[in-house]
Amino acid sequence: MSRIQATFDKLKQHKRKALIPFFTAGDPAPALTVQLLHALVEAGADIIELGVPFSDPMADGPTIQRSSERALKHEVGLHHVLDMVAEFRRSNIGTPIVLMGYGNPIEAMGWERFAMRCAQAGVDGVLTVDFPPEESHEAFGHLQRHGIDPIFLLAPTTSDERIAKVAKQARGYVYYVSLKGVTGAGHLDLGEIERKIPQLRKHITLPIGVGFGIRDAATALAVAKLCDGVVVGSRIVQEIENSTEQNVIANVSKLVKELRSAVDKA
Amino acid sequence: MYNYPDNSGHFGPYGGIYVAETLMGALEELNQAYEKYRHDPEFIAELNYDLKHFVGRPSPIYHAKRWSQQLGGAQIYLKREDLNHTGAHKVNNTVGQALLARRMGKPRVIAETGAGQHGVATATVAARYGMECVVYMGSEDVQRQAQNVYRMKLLGATVVPVESGSKTLKDALNEAMRDWVTNIENTFYIIGTVAGPHPYPMMVRDFNAIVGRECLVQMPELAGRQPDAVVACVGGGSNAMGVFYSYIDMPGVKLIGVEAGGHGIASGQHAAPLTTNSAVGVLHGNRTYLMQDENGQIIETHSISAGLDYPGVGPEHSWLKDSGRAEYVAINDDEALRAFHDLCRLEGIIPALESSHALAHAAKIAPHMGKDKVLLVNLSGRGDKDMATVARASGIQF
Repeated sequence: MSRIQATFDKLKQHKRKALIPFFTAGDPAPALTVQLLHALVEAGADIIELGVPFSDPMADGPTIQRSSERALKHEVGLHHVLDMVAEFRRSNIGTPIVLMGYGNPIEAMGWERFAMRCAQAGVDGVLTVDFPPEESHEAFGHLQRHGIDPIFLLAPTTSDERIAKVAKQARGYVYYVSLKGVTGAGHLDLGEIERKIPQLRKHITLPIGVGFGIRDAATALAVAKLCDGVVVGSRIVQEIENSTEQNVIANVSKLVKELRSAVDKA
Repeated sequence: MYNYPDNSGHFGPYGGIYVAETLMGALEELNQAYEKYRHDPEFIAELNYDLKHFVGRPSPIYHAKRWSQQLGGAQIYLKREDLNHTGAHKVNNTVGQALLARRMGKPRVIAETGAGQHGVATATVAARYGMECVVYMGSEDVQRQAQNVYRMKLLGATVVPVESGSKTLKDALNEAMRDWVTNIENTFYIIGTVAGPHPYPMMVRDFNAIVGRECLVQMPELAGRQPDAVVACVGGGSNAMGVFYSYIDMPGVKLIGVEAGGHGIASGQHAAPLTTNSAVGVLHGNRTYLMQDENGQIIETHSISAGLDYPGVGPEHSWLKDSGRAEYVAINDDEALRAFHDLCRLEGIIPALESSHALAHAAKIAPHMGKDKVLLVNLSGRGDKDMATVARASGIQF
C-alpha cells in the first residue's frame, strides 16, 4: 500500500481530515528545507506538498511566484529537491511527500529518470500543474511504473466528462482548486465547494483535498468539513516570506499547529 | 496535403494543451466557438469587411528594384504588411479574435505584448468594437516602448506593467494567463502569436494566413510567377506562419524562417531556439523548441528587436523544422540594422527591426542567386516604433 493511501486510511479510521501544507523547496534557504519538512510533520502535517521552483509559474499568484524566485536565486533545481527529500526520508518513513510544480524541469531531466529518482528518494506523488490528463499518458506511465502517484487538479469549471477522465488516471488523492484564479487569491466560495464536491464524488473514489484561498483557522475548518484534506500553500509561504532565517521554523510551526487544531474540529 | 494540427492540437510531437485544469474549460469553450464560426459565412463576411475597410487589405506586394539591383542577384519582392492599419500584420489576428470574442459574449479582452505592436493592435480593435481592454507588458518593455504605451492608453486600454521574472514578454504572457484564469467568465484572451495552448497556434495562423493567400494571387500578377523562396522573421512566428501557410503544399517554394541572432549565436545572447537546436520543452501551453538551462528553467533572451525577444517559438515552426519543410537561420543585431538602413535609403521604406531580420537574410542569399530568381520577403511591420532604438544604436540622442 502506498504511503498516501495508508495516510488517508489511518485518518479515516480516526475520523480526521488531512492537513496538507505546501512550501517551495529552497525557500528561504536550501539548508532550511529539510528542517522545515520535519517541523511541519511535528506541527501536525499529514502530507507535504513540496514545490519545485520554476522560472515561469503561470498558475501561481505573487506570493508563490516570489518564493520560486527566492529559491532560484539559490539555484535550487529539481536534482536538489530530490536530494532534499532523500535526506528527509533518512529520519521520516511515514509522511508522504508530493512534489508540485511545472512540467519543464522534469522534461529537462527526462520522465523516466525523474520517476526512478523519485522512487529512490522516497517521493510519493507528483503534481504537474501544467500537464492535464490529455498530455500526461506517457509521462505519468513512467511515474506509475515506479510506484509514484500522479496527483491531478480539478477546478470549478471542470465538466463531468473531464472529471471522469481525471478519475481514470488519478492516484493517491485529487486536488480540488476551490476558486477561479491563481494561488493565494482571497475569495473563497464555500457554497461553490459544497455544491461541487458531490459532483466530484460521483466519479472520484480517491480522497479529495481542497486548496487555493485557505488563509486561516476558520477557513481551514470550514473547508475541512466538506472534504478529506485541506491544502494550505500561499499562507504558509507568506509566513516564510515574513520571517527571518532564525525564526522561520518557529513561526511556520505555530501557524501549522493552529491549522491542525482547526482541521481537527471538523 | 498538409493537414496540421491534429484534432488534439498537435503538430507532430509539438503543440498540445499544457495548461492547468483551471484553464481547460475556457479552452474547450474557445475551441468549440472557433470550430463553429471559422466556416460560418456571416462571420467570414464580417471579418473580410473589416480587413478591407478597417485594416486596409489587401496589402500590396512591391518589387524592391533598386535594392535587388544593388545586391546583384535575385529579385526581391516585399509583402507590405507594414501598410496595414496599426502598422503590422498583428491586426489581422486581433480583428479575427475580437469578432470571435463578441460572438462568445465576452465584453473584456486581454493581451500580452512585448514591443507593443500586438498590444496596440488589440487596443485598436477593442476601441473599434467597444470592449474593455487590459494589456500586460513587462516593466522593462514599458520603459523601452513608452510611445506604444501611450498609444494604447489613447485607444482606451489599461496597460499593466509586469514586475515578475525577467520583466519582458514571457512574463507578460504569464500574467495575462493569470488574469484569464481569474476572470474566465467575461474575458477573452487575445494571444498575439502562433504559440500558447491549442487552439491558439492554429487560430492565430489561420487569421494571418490571409497574407499568404494574397501573395498566391499577387505574385503571378506582379512577378509572373510564384517565388523561389519565402523569407520571414520568427519570434513566436505569426507573420511567418501567415505567409508560409499557403505555400506549404508547393514544394518548389523554399520557406525560410529568420530568428534573432542577437549579439551572435556564439555569445549565447540571442533568441534563436530553432537555429541553435535548443532542447524541446513545455512553456506557455505548448511543447516546442525552448531556450532553457540544464535544470529546465527558461533563460533570458536577447534581441535588438523586442518582437523577436522570446525564448520559445510557435509549435508549428518546430514541426516545419523537423519535417524539413522549412529552414531556420539566425540574423544578428548588426546585420538586421544594416538591412534596416539599406531599405530606408534605397527603397524609401522604414521597416520594423523584426522584419529587418528577414530582409537581412534575403540580402545575404540574393547575391548568390540568378537575376531571374525571385525572393518574397514578408515585410511584417513598419519601423516608426523603432526610431529610438535605431538612433541609440547609431549613437544619436534626441
